[in-house]
Amino acid sequence: MERRNFIRSAITMAAAPLLLGLSLSAQAADTIKVGVLHSLSGTMAISETTLKDTVLMMIDEQNKKGGILGKKLEPVVVDPASNWPLFAEKARELLAKDHVDVIFGCWTSVSRKSVLPVVEELNGLLFYPVQYEGEESSRNVFYTGAAPNQQAIPAVDYLMKDVGVKRWVLEGTDYVYPRTTNKILEAYLKAKGVAASDIMINYTPFGFSDWQSEVSKIKTFGSAGKKTAVVSTINGDANVPFYKELGNQKISAEDIPVVAFSVGEEELAGLDTKPLVGHLAAWNYFESIDTPANKAAIAQWHKFIKNDKRTFNDPMEATVIGFKLWVKAVEKAGTTDTTKVIDTLPGLETPNLTGGVAKVLPNHHITKPVYIGEVRDDGQFDVVWKTKSEVPGDAWSDFLPGSKDIEADWVTLKCGNYNKTTKKCSGQNF
Amino acid sequence: MNHSLLRLLWAERGSRAFYIVLLLAAVFVPLLNLGVADGSALHVPTYTVALLGKYMCYALLAIAVDLVWGYCGILSLGHTAFFALGGYAMGMYLMRQIGARGVYGDALLPDFMVFLNWKELPWFWHGMDMFWFAMLMMLFVPGLLAYAFGWFAFRSRVTGVYLSIITQALTYALLLAFFRNEMGFGGNNGLTDFKDLLGFDLQSSGVRIALFLASAIALGLAYAACRAVIASRLGRVIEAVRDAESRARFIGYRVENVKLWVWVFSALLAAVAGALYVPQVGIINPSEFAPINAIEIVVWVAVGGRGTLYGAALGALLVNYAKTYFTAALPEVWLFALGGLFVGVTLFLPKGIVGLIAQWQTRLTKAASLKEASA
Amino acid sequence: MTASSKFRTILRAGALGLALCVGPAAAQDESPAEAPAISEIHDPATLLAALPDAGYADKQAIAEQLVQSAGAQAGPALRALLEGRLYSDANQRVVVVDGEGEGETVALRDPLSGAALGSAASAALTKIGSNNKLRKALKGLLARLDLADADPDKRLAAVNEALRNLDAPAIAALRARRDAETDSKVRDAIDVGLAVADLASDSADTRLAAVQRLSGELSPDVYNALQSLVADDGSGKRREPDERVLMAADAAIHRIDNQRALYGGVETLFFGLSLGSVLVLSAIGLAITFGVMGVINMAHGELMMLGAYTAYVMQQLMPQHITAATLLAIPMAFIVAGAAGIAIERGIVRFLYGRPLETLLATFGLSLVLQQLVRSVFSPLNRSVSTPEFMSGSLVINDALSLTWNRLYIVFFMLLVFLALQLVLKRTSLGLKVRAVSQNRAMARAMGVRSEWIDAATFGLGSGVAGVAGVALSQLTNVGPNLGQSYIIDSFMVVVFGGVGSLWGTLISGMSLGVVSKLLEPHTGAVMAKILVLVFLILFIQRRPRGLFPQKGRAAEG
Repeated sequence: MERRNFIRSAITMAAAPLLLGLSLSAQAADTIKVGVLHSLSGTMAISETTLKDTVLMMIDEQNKKGGILGKKLEPVVVDPASNWPLFAEKARELLAKDHVDVIFGCWTSVSRKSVLPVVEELNGLLFYPVQYEGEESSRNVFYTGAAPNQQAIPAVDYLMKDVGVKRWVLEGTDYVYPRTTNKILEAYLKAKGVAASDIMINYTPFGFSDWQSEVSKIKTFGSAGKKTAVVSTINGDANVPFYKELGNQKISAEDIPVVAFSVGEEELAGLDTKPLVGHLAAWNYFESIDTPANKAAIAQWHKFIKNDKRTFNDPMEATVIGFKLWVKAVEKAGTTDTTKVIDTLPGLETPNLTGGVAKVLPNHHITKPVYIGEVRDDGQFDVVWKTKSEVPGDAWSDFLPGSKDIEADWVTLKCGNYNKTTKKCSGQNF
Repeated sequence: MNHSLLRLLWAERGSRAFYIVLLLAAVFVPLLNLGVADGSALHVPTYTVALLGKYMCYALLAIAVDLVWGYCGILSLGHTAFFALGGYAMGMYLMRQIGARGVYGDALLPDFMVFLNWKELPWFWHGMDMFWFAMLMMLFVPGLLAYAFGWFAFRSRVTGVYLSIITQALTYALLLAFFRNEMGFGGNNGLTDFKDLLGFDLQSSGVRIALFLASAIALGLAYAACRAVIASRLGRVIEAVRDAESRARFIGYRVENVKLWVWVFSALLAAVAGALYVPQVGIINPSEFAPINAIEIVVWVAVGGRGTLYGAALGALLVNYAKTYFTAALPEVWLFALGGLFVGVTLFLPKGIVGLIAQWQTRLTKAASLKEASA
Repeated sequence: MTASSKFRTILRAGALGLALCVGPAAAQDESPAEAPAISEIHDPATLLAALPDAGYADKQAIAEQLVQSAGAQAGPALRALLEGRLYSDANQRVVVVDGEGEGETVALRDPLSGAALGSAASAALTKIGSNNKLRKALKGLLARLDLADADPDKRLAAVNEALRNLDAPAIAALRARRDAETDSKVRDAIDVGLAVADLASDSADTRLAAVQRLSGELSPDVYNALQSLVADDGSGKRREPDERVLMAADAAIHRIDNQRALYGGVETLFFGLSLGSVLVLSAIGLAITFGVMGVINMAHGELMMLGAYTAYVMQQLMPQHITAATLLAIPMAFIVAGAAGIAIERGIVRFLYGRPLETLLATFGLSLVLQQLVRSVFSPLNRSVSTPEFMSGSLVINDALSLTWNRLYIVFFMLLVFLALQLVLKRTSLGLKVRAVSQNRAMARAMGVRSEWIDAATFGLGSGVAGVAGVALSQLTNVGPNLGQSYIIDSFMVVVFGGVGSLWGTLISGMSLGVVSKLLEPHTGAVMAKILVLVFLILFIQRRPRGLFPQKGRAAEG
């Protein structure tokens, strides 16, 4: 008797998840599916895991408000494992198998490039939340991070005008974002009258950890009597040893400031910040900016992640903005149909966490304020400079010979790479 | 002769199963994809076709590694080098096919060269717009590299772990080299945004099916070729080299030539796998060279069953399916599952899954014979 | 600057009798009318009271005025401002907080008199911030004050600081100090500064004397000053009109160039040695497990990662004693990683002896598991490991050569670890048994060595050393789940290049690979240097298929 009971309960227990699974899939028809395509393992997990949590937080919040169009949102999380072909495979899986209505994802340029053909082929919708090198505008992608003119150029302007920098080191990790950014900056600096001998460009590999010679080179370059600054597009992991070496070789921010485009609050949280105080970062968001919206967002994040010490950073704000814009677009269009949502998005606005509004432009980029911050000893930034108003994102840089004639406009021209001189729309995949 | 060759290919039970499964897949997957309406339970979505095509490329790669490791005793931790080089050759051809349809509309230069201000096409990109030439290069470059590397290494009698580590150094050096943007292979972003192959649109499901079939055929032919090699007299020498290299040398075999031959052949198979892989995943970038990937290939072979070609193919299929499944089903903890699988297989299944199946079979036959005996 | 804070500024300025009326933005635009306002205040206390609401440019003006009016008395206040210890409290008083302002309440002091002002809750204090420009100015001001300090080291630092920014007040201060200075080192430094100033003199003789004085000085400021003396003035003529001075300057520059090249070479060598030590440290544990035991331990990198995380945990446990925590982390890491190693050996590796290549697969799977474990426990984010005081900064040998302390310590540490391992293997009975088992297992067993126990101990030893290496790495690089992966390949290269089974080989190979890649780096760039080293390694193995120091005898053939 006892034994039979045991078996019965065991069967029920075993069947419960099955039934649950069934009920879930039955329910699935009534939900709006949101794909989350961020690496949770591999080298990029350091940065991307946080963005996955941010999307989950936004979904959670939206569901508490009753979802969208009367339907609940359902996250579909996959792990592309920092493996670029796997990004494409997972994007295809999300779109073709899970039929998600929107994807929030990618961090590195190469992952975006890998996903791009898939999203265009299957007419998906991707929100890309990270600052990048520009030179792209896809019908199916919305870029809520900064283009080079929303980060790099204002930062250099600040250094030139307010700090009086005359000599420049452009130090970057050898991949497409630093390469492009430095190309743009080099052209920009030369246009401003900086001599070629006052610019040093240098690249190191991913995850580079032995900075002794490089830093020593910077030190020598910077001791030529002119005010020198380093514009760093060093990626992720290589930053910690870089700053440690700067500190140990006694290069202080007063002598040779380093302005970084990839070092934010989260990166600093993994660093001993003492030697970094005074170095600069250029972003479109800082956690330390004191606005009610920002405070509320940070409080919400701490509550969601159940940890008061977690930081909030620029790509997270870009994710939040992208999510809010998508919700607005779906509500306005009255449907999650990708084509309609894509057509609705340009022109929509949502407030930034730090003030001002993010407006979707016809080139699928958004307007963003630009801030320069100095690192404080607590790992946060003091804003020392900001742009007067939001800067519209420029998909195609005006400072590169190849792209200055190209324009992206999905509202009137219906084209991402329209050549203004030849009047031709090139390279579209549909 | 013909007859005996056929018998030789057909000899093993595992091989027969392999041919049958491959044939069934090659026939039914396209049928169920194109012939059965979307929404039907029998429909195979294009997504699955692309995935299976990818797995077949991996299986081909696994067979290549198994040939050198399982039969000749050379543990290569650098086969990704040949795989990726083959992939790059195909990628270069596909890049040139884009022509003036790139975002900058430059008829000659690929996009990444335009925006890094390259003025002219590097010499090694010339001719890659011709399919036959690109395919020749796809075989020639990895083949030459394998030949040069093997010629030095085997003549110098570099063996065992030393050989494994320098193959790793080889692919690592190539990884670093291809990351450099100055190399002219697109740096970290690699080659992507392909449009068409031989004039056919890469995104059409017809081309996908064709690529799937091409992968299946390549896999089948490679399998048959490897079987033929192994079952031939050469194959016996190869195994002799694996089991007792010095003895084989003393008997009078030119061990280094045998090894070199197998090595280059295996590299060519890997290159073909790479070339088929690229149009199906739509991107080739330096991370394909990563030494970690090379170790993973070895793990596929070990999981399936080293020293049996069908085992290698089965391992590639299973591990990659597990990866696809776990990354979606258990995104947070899938590495535990995968890592645990590797540890478990090495500890408990020294001959891989194939070995397990064989064990079951012997047990069944034993049980049957016992029953007969007792009856 | 928001509108409201600007409004407050104006209000406060009114309270000061219209003495102050500047927001930071206004400072640059409208300063001519208002900047003198600050210079009219002479009361240090009033000046200080204006600090909290002033913009950065005004803070600088206030600081300068403070030095003018209060002299050395202003020192503590300015130093506190520089170090971020100057706060304004709830009563708008400007106070200095000593030590870390982390606790609930902190002790306050008056910035000018140094008198204790009781304590306050740290939440009620607002920090008076500084930026780069202000900090630089403060350092200059403090240097001028420190010129008269009793401590000669401080005076020397002050002179060097003044040298870096040699403006008219700094020169005047140096000149004033010159004759009063008693310490010869400090006087030399002042002379150098004055000589640099004299390069701009109108008299050719003074310039010549200055150039002669500066010959052989390695400071970049001197070099730049000399360079600008001989530089083209744009019309093809050189800036210096006097032929004698030119010749002397050219000779001096040539001499400095030579010395710099020499010290540059020494520096590169040091860079190479320190990179080499990192390679040796990360490889030496592997040399034991891989070399002595024949186990290809792909989880070796993850054992280092465990060591690095041990350092992190120790620092979390003892946040007030970073140095002690880091030092204690070394034995702790040895124990943690060693225990993990023994567990790996007992749980997995011992079933795989005789199948070395399969240990590769199992430990590869294990490395994935360990990475994910760390990700689950510590989050995928990098963890911050602080550098103890004694390891930060650098050992300044002269103006052209300084060696960073952390690298120096790691070189020594590596040698220490190496010696300790040698001792263990060569001088203890455990070492004897380890060598016996690795050379001939069956014979050792026959002699009564419990080989199983030895295997576990050896693996534990190698793993423990990996953990210790992890502590060292935590001082140089990221502490995160990927730490191990970034070193594992290099470690294998080092062991194989040195010759499997030879600790000396590992030492020599790690050091030489480090030096070679640092010698190549300036000419080829970091990436090409690494590629060239790899190619060299491949070719080298062709010449010597068993590495630098091949194991001899029958055991090696196995």
